[in-house]
Amino acid sequence: MIGWFTIVQVVVATVVGLTAVIAGLAGRRPGDVTVGGMALILVLLIVQVVIAIVAPLAGNPPAGSLIEFWAYLIGALLIPPFAVFWALVERSRWSTVIMGVAALSVAIMVWRMNVIWTTPAL
Amino acid sequence: MSSLGTSAPTRMTGIGRVLVVVYAIMALAATGRSAVQILEDWQNAPLAYALSAAAAVVYILATVALVKSDASGWYTIAWIAISFELVGVIVVGTLSLTHPDLFSHDATVWSGYGYGYFWVPLVLPFVGMWWLVTHRHGAPVYEPLAAADEGSSW
Repeated sequence: MIGWFTIVQVVVATVVGLTAVIAGLAGRRPGDVTVGGMALILVLLIVQVVIAIVAPLAGNPPAGSLIEFWAYLIGALLIPPFAVFWALVERSRWSTVIMGVAALSVAIMVWRMNVIWTTPAL
Repeated sequence: MSSLGTSAPTRMTGIGRVLVVVYAIMALAATGRSAVQILEDWQNAPLAYALSAAAAVVYILATVALVKSDASGWYTIAWIAISFELVGVIVVGTLSLTHPDLFSHDATVWSGYGYGYFWVPLVLPFVGMWWLVTHRHGAPVYEPLAAADEGSSW
């Protein structure tokens, strides 16, 4: 992983997540900001896939378990599309909250991926 | 207020959909974790890892059962799965504190009452049971529409 890119990912996902949870609880339906935020999170995750494939070849291998790393990355990739789909089937304030919960989960998973990449396994 | 008596085509509306998403994410987290544990390290702690896998299966079952809880069979399955989770998080959470050697090798989703997951595994069964009680089969479902303050999107 690349340190600054990881921080960008975590910050974007956290900001989108908090924004969507607050907007949803305040009664806002999903709109350009929240759905666009989820799309941005997914794009960043796809870039992360490329980084995760290239980095070991470029002399930046993970310190921890590669299997566990990919389990988190694939899981994180699945969350935004499914959350947006499930949220938009019924458009209400709760759809916005759903996207917020999903975005915060991605933030946690990316952080965990960073720990796996940089910390040797026990 | 004219919308109060109308029956929705599906029960899983509003805040219930948020509940399903949190269950689905927990199912994903538990499945991923147990898959990695079993693939990489099965021989070192088969009991703890089998428990992880069982937790994952029950989270998946609870997610599906909540979505389909409109049908009485799935409603019962949802109760069983969520009760199993509550017992699991309390028993494993307590054991992980009183007998840490049992789980010293690697944690499960339920270790320390799910502290590694911000205690979501401990809170979730109660929210799930609240949902099932308030949406039991045949019970009148009151979903405040809050249409007035949902006029704008963001």
